[in-house]
Amino acid sequence: MPKTLSGDEILQKLMARFPDKVTPKKSPGSTPAHPVIDREHVRPILSFLKSEPELAFNFLADVTAVDYLQLELPEIRERFLVVYQLYSLEHNHRFQVMARVPEGDPRLPSVCDIWASANCGEREAHDMFGIEFEGNPDLRRLLMPEDYPGFPIRKDYPLRGRGERDAFPQYRPGLGTGDIFPEDATGSWSEKANKGSLP
Amino acid sequence: MGIERVFGDKVITTSVQAIATWARKNALWPMPFGTACCAIEMMATLSGRYDMARFGSEVIRFSPRQSDLMIVSGRISIKMMPVLLKIFEQMPEPKWVISMGACASSGGVFDTYTLVQGVDQFLPVHVYIPGCPPRPESLIDAVLKIQEILEGGPLARAPATSSAFAESPSPQGLSPDRPKAGCSQSIAPHAKDPLGG
Repeated sequence: MPKTLSGDEILQKLMARFPDKVTPKKSPGSTPAHPVIDREHVRPILSFLKSEPELAFNFLADVTAVDYLQLELPEIRERFLVVYQLYSLEHNHRFQVMARVPEGDPRLPSVCDIWASANCGEREAHDMFGIEFEGNPDLRRLLMPEDYPGFPIRKDYPLRGRGERDAFPQYRPGLGTGDIFPEDATGSWSEKANKGSLP
Repeated sequence: MGIERVFGDKVITTSVQAIATWARKNALWPMPFGTACCAIEMMATLSGRYDMARFGSEVIRFSPRQSDLMIVSGRISIKMMPVLLKIFEQMPEPKWVISMGACASSGGVFDTYTLVQGVDQFLPVHVYIPGCPPRPESLIDAVLKIQEILEGGPLARAPATSSAFAESPSPQGLSPDRPKAGCSQSIAPHAKDPLGG
């Protein structure tokens, strides 16, 4: 029998099942509180949310990330939060889970095998924030060029970039369509980034 | 020349160059590279109300191999620029380029990491159209300017042949040297090492 639960009820069920692994985060002006979890517990907690019959979150609506570079909150502690938006088609209730990702080691287990719809969201978060989702079958950049050096939605990335938009080698006619951007003209972007020669 | 005296009004004498230019001028076939809202204005220009067919440019070719006028209308991101160049390379010469609107000409309001700040850094642009987006009348005016260039009028300049662009970039048009306004961090793309390494 479908039964819609409120966010607080779902949170209480989650904290009863995983005591001291879940920190509720209360944003001012928003109810209910959202759980913030560590990355070791992402897969057990999200699997539980999907498989528990009373919750049955069978639809992952979105995966994205937030950069808390300039905002220090006690329950976050790390720079990045990866946000999972869940929805249950069976019970018609929604829930949001956030996972901490440290700055120096931005790795997180993928949930692609739990919800296939995580794939594109994880690729986008990887593209924009540089978070490595371990176990994602296809972790290529989603929007930016594949050899783009950097993660442009991070808070410390300059709006105008670091010269990438002007860093094409000059158009040289007659080289043929395959050689418009020859690698040897300036070296590829990723090479420059690895050498640290981007300003 | 006297031929007219023999054949009457049925004959006009001219040069092959003049007749070819006349035909070319009145049958410019545009290649529409529309990536944003400017493309909507371009469609309006081509359809009945503004009717670019009056000036001979109604045959939109989505194949670059059949067109001689590139209309870049819209934002070009750094991921799209290689595609644009590849299509431009496929157009037969002589060919002309219109940079339509603020975004294609200078990046417009999108002064960000991902947008090319003016396609003239990589393409030889003959006519720029200001506006965001420009009115259809502006586009018609630009096509008329292209016809002037083609005819050798006051705006005349060499068409975008490969050799002309490689050897003698003109100060107004081909302009990889033109400094970018409001873009203090930018690096001239023609510099030997654009990344400043």
